[in-house]
Amino acid sequence: MNVELPDTTASQVAKTLVMLRREGHLGGNSRVLTLVVSTLPGHEEDAMSAAQEAAREHPCRVIVVVRGDADAPTRMDAEVRVGGTAGASEVIILRVTGELAEPDESLISALLLPDDPVVTWWPSGVPQRVSASPLGQISQRRITDSAASPDPLRALTRLAETWQPGDTDLAWTRLTLWRTQLTSILDQYGVRGLREVTVFGAVNSPSTALLAAWLHLMLPVPVRLAESEGPAPVQGVRLSRVGGDVEIDRPHGDVAQLFLPGQPVQHVALPVRTLPVCLAEELRRLDDDVVFGRVLTQGLPACDLTPVMSGPR
Amino acid sequence: MSLSPNPLRDRQDRRLARISGPGSLVFFGVTGDLARKKLLPAVYDLAHRGLLPASFAVVGFGRRDWSHEEFVAQARSWVRAGARTPFDEDVWTQLSGGFRFVTGGFDDDAAYERLGEVLQELDDTRGTAGNRAFYLSIPPKAFEAVCGKLSEHGLAEQAWEDPETGARPWRRVVIEKPFGHDLASARELNEVVESVFRPDDVFRIDHYLGKETVQNLLALRFANRLFEPLWNAQHVDHVQITMAEDIGIGGRAGYYDGVGAARDVIQNHLLQLLALTAMEEPISFDADALRAEKEKVLSAVQVPAHIASACARGQYSGGWQGGEKVTGYLEEEGFDPESTTETFAAVRLEIATRRWDGVPFYLRAGKRLGRRVTEIAVVFKKAPNLLFHDNSGADFGQNAVVIRVQPDEGATLRVASKVPGTQMEVRDVTMDFSYGSSFTESSPEAYERLILDVLLGEPPLFPRHAEVEQSWRILDPFEEYWAGLSEQPEPYAPGSWGPDSAHLLLAKDGRMWRRP
Repeated sequence: MNVELPDTTASQVAKTLVMLRREGHLGGNSRVLTLVVSTLPGHEEDAMSAAQEAAREHPCRVIVVVRGDADAPTRMDAEVRVGGTAGASEVIILRVTGELAEPDESLISALLLPDDPVVTWWPSGVPQRVSASPLGQISQRRITDSAASPDPLRALTRLAETWQPGDTDLAWTRLTLWRTQLTSILDQYGVRGLREVTVFGAVNSPSTALLAAWLHLMLPVPVRLAESEGPAPVQGVRLSRVGGDVEIDRPHGDVAQLFLPGQPVQHVALPVRTLPVCLAEELRRLDDDVVFGRVLTQGLPACDLTPVMSGPR
Repeated sequence: MSLSPNPLRDRQDRRLARISGPGSLVFFGVTGDLARKKLLPAVYDLAHRGLLPASFAVVGFGRRDWSHEEFVAQARSWVRAGARTPFDEDVWTQLSGGFRFVTGGFDDDAAYERLGEVLQELDDTRGTAGNRAFYLSIPPKAFEAVCGKLSEHGLAEQAWEDPETGARPWRRVVIEKPFGHDLASARELNEVVESVFRPDDVFRIDHYLGKETVQNLLALRFANRLFEPLWNAQHVDHVQITMAEDIGIGGRAGYYDGVGAARDVIQNHLLQLLALTAMEEPISFDADALRAEKEKVLSAVQVPAHIASACARGQYSGGWQGGEKVTGYLEEEGFDPESTTETFAAVRLEIATRRWDGVPFYLRAGKRLGRRVTEIAVVFKKAPNLLFHDNSGADFGQNAVVIRVQPDEGATLRVASKVPGTQMEVRDVTMDFSYGSSFTESSPEAYERLILDVLLGEPPLFPRHAEVEQSWRILDPFEEYWAGLSEQPEPYAPGSWGPDSAHLLLAKDGRMWRRP
């Protein structure tokens, strides 16, 4: 059921929620968090469907703030979606313009769930100082997506400069399966004889940079970056070893090739991660991701991201 | 392995899932219902989630005269029908490249020789590194033959060491309930299995009891401050543990006759739930710490002095159930019309610990009951009624915490609340907690967790032999009593909640079964 509330206030929206609950359109219990989505006009439907899918795993209230033109007349239009299309969560869309175009606590405090943590997600663009921004200040967890910025690497650098516990970025989440595979490879081969690591990928991708930075931080060997074009930002990783190189590549599709010394090429499932999957992973744990913090603040500055030419396998 | 610690593994990095190392999984009884509907789809789901290594292989062992390719084609249709994750051709091609089939009976020496050759070939071509898990999805009477042959043909031995790392390949075995049919047979079975495999390498699985359930129960009890202070004889009136199925025996007649509800479900599943509900707080989540507490509380379970008044049993009769005409147990096809096997059993147990002194635990399990549900209800004593005189006749104030195991895992809390608008009327309302209705769809299935645990060598949360023995110690006296009765189990209508004697069992104590 959808309820449109043109030119309205947060307290009207809150009243509507109580009304919907009385009428039985809104299950009142078992929400684990409030997810605030701060986005721009035109991007809200994509963000909303990702949030709804993630909400299937983590029931939450979703508040989508669509930041319109700051020079337009000041106004807020709201829409409440429950049941049916809204899935497991209730979705509140606030379209704001004029003086309300920079949303803050006072705009949404009447709509936050009591006690439950607040998570804010910026699907389009990284704010100047994430944790100090008006919405960042009231959030336990702040999720940005540097890859969606016009200049992804600059956005990443800015994140690094202002990083606070509780900040995460989806460019890091997209790496989880790669990192899992690499960790599993080192479980098997260890670091003995490891000489060098090369990360193949798009050089302007924050995921490639973070993967290189992580490996640089954790491994005692040089890590280099080699440009390689493909549909996904990260294309592969080569571990140059004394006893023969190990390489994992995913040129396309959901299956990666694994080259092990002295063995025929093997294949492992390494699905490209969709936005809802990444968001669901972010919502799974709300404690600080200190490993990401170290990679961002220590690994990234120390890592040489100038691409090198790399030899064939 | 004795490699230096992996620098990429960081305790604080909690995003990384563990992928199992190389290994092959051998399914005995691969053409059975369970393997087709659950096990192979679970293997595929694990692969699809990227949790299986590239060096992984599956060997089916069975009587069918199948080639490897025919096995792959069959498995493909099973996976397409049973997997919960979408079917991906690339993932399947990669996974099924390691599928092999070995034709033979359980005592066919030549077949075991071929199995050895196939496993060796997989080590060479797929890099499975000599690690092997044997999944015995077969009747317990075949365990002895299979374990014996595996050991005779050297398939269960950890024969060699890696000269570089000193690591030995692992051998593990998975066996399914029932673990025997009484204490003596459980011991025999255990001797057979543990003469071939080390106790730590034996994974006993109860497919009703997923790890997820165990962990949910532990979280509810021990991650909250609210419940534990009340979780004792001072506040708890009694506990009811129910596992009800709405279906009948169907095609499982051959297995079920002579086993019955008590051996099938109470001995393993319900007594495990009892142990998890009643045990003290374990010092850690380690399998050992958990098992120590479960064993302790099971040892403290008292077999009632007067068995006859502490149990009930029944058989479903034919009739209408939920708009469908169903056959009675004795009329099921291919059935002994004189069978005394019970399809419903209820028992009353007490636990002789300070915490549970005088608190009865009622356990019931049955087929063709009102609906499919498994739940644990902890029913509290009534609040002293001093204030609400006018309500004296009304039934309220008996709080209950109900842990729903299936379907849709969750918990409800029953609390008294004022009826809006009235003078001071009070009645009980149910608060329902569940972590999202669709959560269970995406949470890993019990078999996936199990297979992954076996491949990772995670010590199972599943019972060790000592717990199995304790369970039989508790159940055997009931079985002996029932075996000595000349009359048939009491009939009950399909879609009801069991025979009259089951209701009498609680009525004698001034209580009644909850309607789950």
